Amino acid sequence: MINDPLIIAGKTYHSRLLVGTGKYKDFAETKAAVEASGAEIITIAIRRSNIGQNPNEPNLLEILPPAKYTLLPNTAGCYSADDAVRTLRLARELLDGHSLVKLEVLGDPQSLYPNVVETLSAAKTLVKEGFQVMVYTSDDPIIAKQLEDIGCVAIMPLASLIGSGMGILNPWNLQLIMERVQVPVIVDAGVGTASDAAIAMELGCHGVLMNTAIAAAKNPVLMASAMKLAVEAGRAAYLAGRMPKKLYSGAPSSPTSGLIS
Amino acid sequence: MRILPQPDNELIVISVSINGSTQHFEHPLSIAELIQKMALGDKRIALERNGEIVPRSQFSQQHLAHGDKLEIVVAVGGG
Repeated sequence: MINDPLIIAGKTYHSRLLVGTGKYKDFAETKAAVEASGAEIITIAIRRSNIGQNPNEPNLLEILPPAKYTLLPNTAGCYSADDAVRTLRLARELLDGHSLVKLEVLGDPQSLYPNVVETLSAAKTLVKEGFQVMVYTSDDPIIAKQLEDIGCVAIMPLASLIGSGMGILNPWNLQLIMERVQVPVIVDAGVGTASDAAIAMELGCHGVLMNTAIAAAKNPVLMASAMKLAVEAGRAAYLAGRMPKKLYSGAPSSPTSGLIS
Repeated sequence: MRILPQPDNELIVISVSINGSTQHFEHPLSIAELIQKMALGDKRIALERNGEIVPRSQFSQQHLAHGDKLEIVVAVGGG
């Protein structure tokens, strides 16, 4: 395999597939799917401890240990910059000072579309406090550049709505983003099946982050391996430099002379 | 509810909001003791008190005060 690492905030990763840990039926399935995906960076959410919960219940971090994975705490469910910032301060304490985080500030609970105004505000505060921010955002290339200028270490535009499985709806905007930012661009949200992940990588994206595509598949572990292959295939195709698309070429693949008659 | 301090040995009870729900405790109670009471001693948690993060290293030194608002969080699955 070619040496083609993904570098985020100065750290090297070999998998360009990042996965979430939500929506699985149990921890065993979560662990199996994450392992099948080959992902090194996995997202987690931060929630109130349930007072009165069974104290013998295992903790997610026991099955997905911080020593083995790069855990990326998210701010899922946050609708304000303030909540997102507070959540990530708690996350950094929870993970012993680990400062690579995923910022998302949502605008409405039905579409789960990001509120980019609050996202910009939260990003400014977090970068000032020393966080390394991988930021979930819309596919607006102007906002993407502003987030990079603020100091975010990766831009993560949606392909389509969170959990929708609709795939890459606007490859043109993704291209605009990639022309304008220098930091890694990782498609996050809306991937539904393997070809979606491959398309994202063929466009030149540096990675893909997904959760529902795997967890809501009929066979999540098999889908996780499919996604691993799709991201690798898409990346290799991108690096290989595809042939041009033309309406017609008039140039068949077999010789035009020596035909029998 | 708070009973004003009276001559020694009187019980002082304070009320504290934890994860949105009001609870009552005998004063003094350190954060470390609270964590033990909540059976969270073995869990990886983070704690915010009145909007400020309390580092784990400070749990034994900090004592709850009446009216404190705590958020205690853990890592869970998420996308």
